[in-house]
Amino acid sequence: MSAFEPTVIDTVSAASREQESYYLASQWQLIRQRFRRHRLAMVGMAILAILYTFAILAEFIAPYNMGTRFPEAIYHPPTRIQFAHEGRLQRPFVYGSVKERDSYTLELKFTPDPDARYPIHLFGKGEPYRLWNLIPLERHLLAVEEPGHLFLIGSDDIGRDLMSQVIFGSRISLTIGLVGVTVSFLIGVVLGGISGYFGGIVDVIIQRVIEFLISIPTIPLWFALSAALPPDWGVIKTYFAIVCLLSLVGWGGLARVVRGKLLELRELDYVTAARIMGVSVPTNIRVHMLPNFMSYLIVALTLAVPGMILGETALSFLGLGIRAPAVSWGVLLERSGNLNAIQLYPWMVSPVLFVVVTVLAFNFLGDGLRDAADPYK
Amino acid sequence: MWAYLTRRFLYMVLLILVTSMVSFVIIQLPAGDYITTLAVRYAATGQVVEQEVLDALRIQFGLDQPVYIQYFKWFTNVLQGDLGWSFQQVRPVSELVAERIGVTALISVCSLTFAYVVGILIGVVSAVFQYSVLDYVFTIVGFLGLASPNFLLALILMVIIFNAGGAVGGLYSTEYLNAPWSWAKFLDLLKHIPLPMIIVGTAGTAGVARVMRATLLDELQKQYVVTARSKGVAEIRLLFKYPIRVALNPITSTIGWELPAIVSGTVITDMVLQLPTVGPMLFSALVAEDMFIASSLLLFLTSLTVIGTFVSDMLLFSLDPRIRVN
Repeated sequence: MSAFEPTVIDTVSAASREQESYYLASQWQLIRQRFRRHRLAMVGMAILAILYTFAILAEFIAPYNMGTRFPEAIYHPPTRIQFAHEGRLQRPFVYGSVKERDSYTLELKFTPDPDARYPIHLFGKGEPYRLWNLIPLERHLLAVEEPGHLFLIGSDDIGRDLMSQVIFGSRISLTIGLVGVTVSFLIGVVLGGISGYFGGIVDVIIQRVIEFLISIPTIPLWFALSAALPPDWGVIKTYFAIVCLLSLVGWGGLARVVRGKLLELRELDYVTAARIMGVSVPTNIRVHMLPNFMSYLIVALTLAVPGMILGETALSFLGLGIRAPAVSWGVLLERSGNLNAIQLYPWMVSPVLFVVVTVLAFNFLGDGLRDAADPYK
Repeated sequence: MWAYLTRRFLYMVLLILVTSMVSFVIIQLPAGDYITTLAVRYAATGQVVEQEVLDALRIQFGLDQPVYIQYFKWFTNVLQGDLGWSFQQVRPVSELVAERIGVTALISVCSLTFAYVVGILIGVVSAVFQYSVLDYVFTIVGFLGLASPNFLLALILMVIIFNAGGAVGGLYSTEYLNAPWSWAKFLDLLKHIPLPMIIVGTAGTAGVARVMRATLLDELQKQYVVTARSKGVAEIRLLFKYPIRVALNPITSTIGWELPAIVSGTVITDMVLQLPTVGPMLFSALVAEDMFIASSLLLFLTSLTVIGTFVSDMLLFSLDPRIRVN
């Protein structure tokens, strides 16, 4: 056996280097590493990234503008994108449709017309629009040649493209959860922090308020509060009112998490040391204690978002939340809210798929973050 | 022990008192009152009601007084069993509520039972057979149940049942709608209960199953389970003797939180399913500012949840000896 075996030494040092990087990694680096290994959470994050990009670039992604109506295509069923005509592969296109009135039910029926073919262009020219109300553009992600219609999930009762509305609606539906969670985060952290750090009578009062909030059934409370919103408020005002209302009801749980963690941390030596050295209370909480349970907060926040998205949907569905002409997923679902609509125009329900996917993605992301943030796993 | 029980009980009463106050104020928040709604309604049909008449009506109903006096009057009446008067229906609130309260409680209790029985079963099965096909199926279905809005689930199930020729909407078939109570009507009611029960229950089921699975998995890894297994205790007996009992604790303690969720859930699904419960009634009362009926219903719903929390505290108290000792 030779005295010097370079390969062996190399593997040893590689292993120890890996170990070294593990031991030297900060808490956040470890969390990131563990998170990357959680496949479902990564999928959730990817889906959310796509959805939010769509919301940001809505004018470009949506095939049509928000209010564009096609009076000749009311309740048009989804148009299928075709890739082959008479057995030959060609560039994607849609068939035109023939309108027919059923002589018995008097219902309008659309059937694909194989003679009329309209090719679809990626980044093709479509309706002109202003991106973020600023930049004038006319190219859309997908555009179909006139007079073809590109209704990916059908059209609605006045002939608007449903897909475009879902994409524009995601601006409200996707942000309402984030903004709402931010507001409840602020209330929750401040009140939970005060409650946990000072203890005593302040703690008792805040805890009772939280218990009181939790014990009221959410939806009736939302009902009552949103019935109080004046119907003549504009879109933006109503939006913020609904956000405040959702977070007003939702901050209690978060404040509890904060308080519990603070109570635990307050007793630790380094916090006492900081206090003795004359660090002020807010600084102590912010600099020394908050980083310690930030990961828990992020998890709690992620898991609170879906509840708010579902809340908005429910309120708007009942006509108490966001109201037309503003478009949100709840508003879209409101129109499909009866047996007839579902029977006759089943595609009107499809916005619910976006709700379900978003909520699932947030749940997966939250689960992944929770596993990643737990140092004992 | 009695001190603890009394303290919890007094606290419960206080909580109900405060919620009644807050909900009364919230209902008064919208601009205007029922008289305004009435005036608008008359104006829509072209009739003009003079201001003096409206003012007289306000004085007659006591709507001209400050909120706290209205509340005080209403609440002292509530304590004597008089819930006030519904402007919309022109009938005493207690009569209106009495018609619906039984059905509401019935559906809530059925849904809660459904959620817990099915949820616990699913949780146990997916914990014992972790990573099996069943586990994955339950997890996926549970996630979908959590993620889809309740009211839409209701609509879609309604369509499916309707297409299969089942009974949909309402709680009674038309021939029993106004019929007096009889055995046949009761059977008819039983036929209509499962749909709302399942729809309202599913959301809760998913949550319960998730908690049950997680706690039971933790419990199954513990030393005493390994010891018992190595001593040759039969698997089924072992499972039911301790781990399941221990794993039930966190679930029992959250019944109180599950109840508000169930009650909230019924409010919306009942509107979709057109059930004669308090949900749709609350909605129309809030919109029309029919305030006595709205406050009575809110009071009822919150009392239901507060009492639910109290009951779950009591349950936990009797289930978990550790709480009794401390």
